[in-house]
Amino acid sequence: MLRDITIGQYYSVPSSIHKMDPRFKIMGSILYLVSLFLINQIFAYAAVILFIGLVIKLSKVPLNFILKGLKPVFMLILFAFVINIFFTPGEGDALIKAGFVKIYPEGIERAFFMAIRLVLLIVGTSVLTLTTSPIELTDGIEYLLSPFKKIGMPAHELAMMMTIALRFIPTLLEETDKIMKAQMARGADFESGNLMNRAKALIPLLVPLFISAFRRADELAMAMEARCYKGGEGRTRMKVLKFTRLDLVGCLVMIVYLATCIVL
Amino acid sequence: MIKTNNLYFRYSDEKEEDKYALKNINLHINDGEFVVIIGHNGSGKSTLSKLFNGIFYPTSGKIYIDGLDTSDEELIWEIRKRAGMVFQNPDNQLVATIVEEDVAFGPENLGLPSEVIRQRVDEALESVKMGEFKRKPPHHLSGGQKQRVAIAGILAMKPKCIIFDEPTAMLDPSGRKEVIQTIQNLNKVDKMTVVHVTHYMDEAVNADRIIVMDGGQIVLEGTPKEVFSQVETIQRLGLDVPQVTLLSHELKKSGIEVSTENLTVDELVENLCQLI
Repeated sequence: MLRDITIGQYYSVPSSIHKMDPRFKIMGSILYLVSLFLINQIFAYAAVILFIGLVIKLSKVPLNFILKGLKPVFMLILFAFVINIFFTPGEGDALIKAGFVKIYPEGIERAFFMAIRLVLLIVGTSVLTLTTSPIELTDGIEYLLSPFKKIGMPAHELAMMMTIALRFIPTLLEETDKIMKAQMARGADFESGNLMNRAKALIPLLVPLFISAFRRADELAMAMEARCYKGGEGRTRMKVLKFTRLDLVGCLVMIVYLATCIVL
Repeated sequence: MIKTNNLYFRYSDEKEEDKYALKNINLHINDGEFVVIIGHNGSGKSTLSKLFNGIFYPTSGKIYIDGLDTSDEELIWEIRKRAGMVFQNPDNQLVATIVEEDVAFGPENLGLPSEVIRQRVDEALESVKMGEFKRKPPHHLSGGQKQRVAIAGILAMKPKCIIFDEPTAMLDPSGRKEVIQTIQNLNKVDKMTVVHVTHYMDEAVNADRIIVMDGGQIVLEGTPKEVFSQVETIQRLGLDVPQVTLLSHELKKSGIEVSTENLTVDELVENLCQLI
């Protein structure tokens, strides 16, 4: 069950999207997210879907794999959908009136837009993480944040923290699974009872998990020091980020996309 | 390569004044030597290995790595560059999410130019036979493979000596075999000085020298044949001897004149054939 989470996972296949400069991909994703919230036309959404579809096609990541990432957030999307249907005030006549519940056409429209927006948002960001190795991603972030170093932003440390967090997500998930099974073998019940009981049942899961995470952190720090890690100062990189012709093409596509969004 | 003089060490959170984790250790490990340090839990063997890498500092006495004093804070990075260290848990020493990026972590810290790092990473991965896995994430590898990546990560820093702190303790038998094979190759082929801390006796058989520790002190020292022929002493320390040695010992006790210095099955067979 814990293995279904695809957000933040890297899907390793050779493709032109994978090869692009992470800095460009990050900036592109941010622009994409902004565009999602600027548009409110059904045609514009068609353009967005066309664009993201093209990107997914080029990235060679199976669509199923990306859609699987939606599963954990499905409830959230549903929630946003329902809230928008019921609580959007409309100007004209309500479609359905039952006591204090009033559904307006605007509400339905907005709910649909909201749901599509959220789906596209998650798909877009997961394309970024699926096609960019976490190291490239953090390299890109470090580079993009480095102008802020002057005002005291710890760009390198942030990037390092992210790398380590991403590195340990699968390890800790595996460990959670293991502890859960061990507790279940001793009769622990994680799946029944009301919310309060379930939350309580998680305590014997979380305590060992935290203890082990701290022990891991301690050992990792020691191993990093043993490998001469002394912070970002004086560190070089194996892979130097390069802006290639591929990125230029990507840039052009991005500009065309943004222009389309604005025009529509 | 490694030299210690009257080394004493006490953990800083230890309340009792005279409770030392290491007592009066005098060691001299030569260039290119394969030394195995053996002892049961709490004998001080892991602590000693961490002192070699400057993770802990001696309470009194000195350690010199390649002539450099580990208690001199100025030299600490140079020492860690020369004496690499591989730890017990393969999961807790890999930093990056892709194998080759992890191997590059050490050389990146040393501030080398990127072409040099690239070359070293490829060489290091080849020498532990993990070249084909270089684009894989570590959590898709087996324990033995992860540990070999960790070794490659140290190799890429081009140390003169590698200290292994129970690298096989968390591995399954096949993983152990892979790692031991890799360590032996490093010593035999690449002429690397190897200090291997373990509690598995059979891993010590191929060493140049064995150091047996107990209660923070060195109790036995010598070639594998010298050390393992003292079956009773070793058993008294709560350690096992290799099965062949044990068998030779038992045979001798029951009156058969075999040598007690047999370490491998072949040696014992030859020895027995001579008796017939």
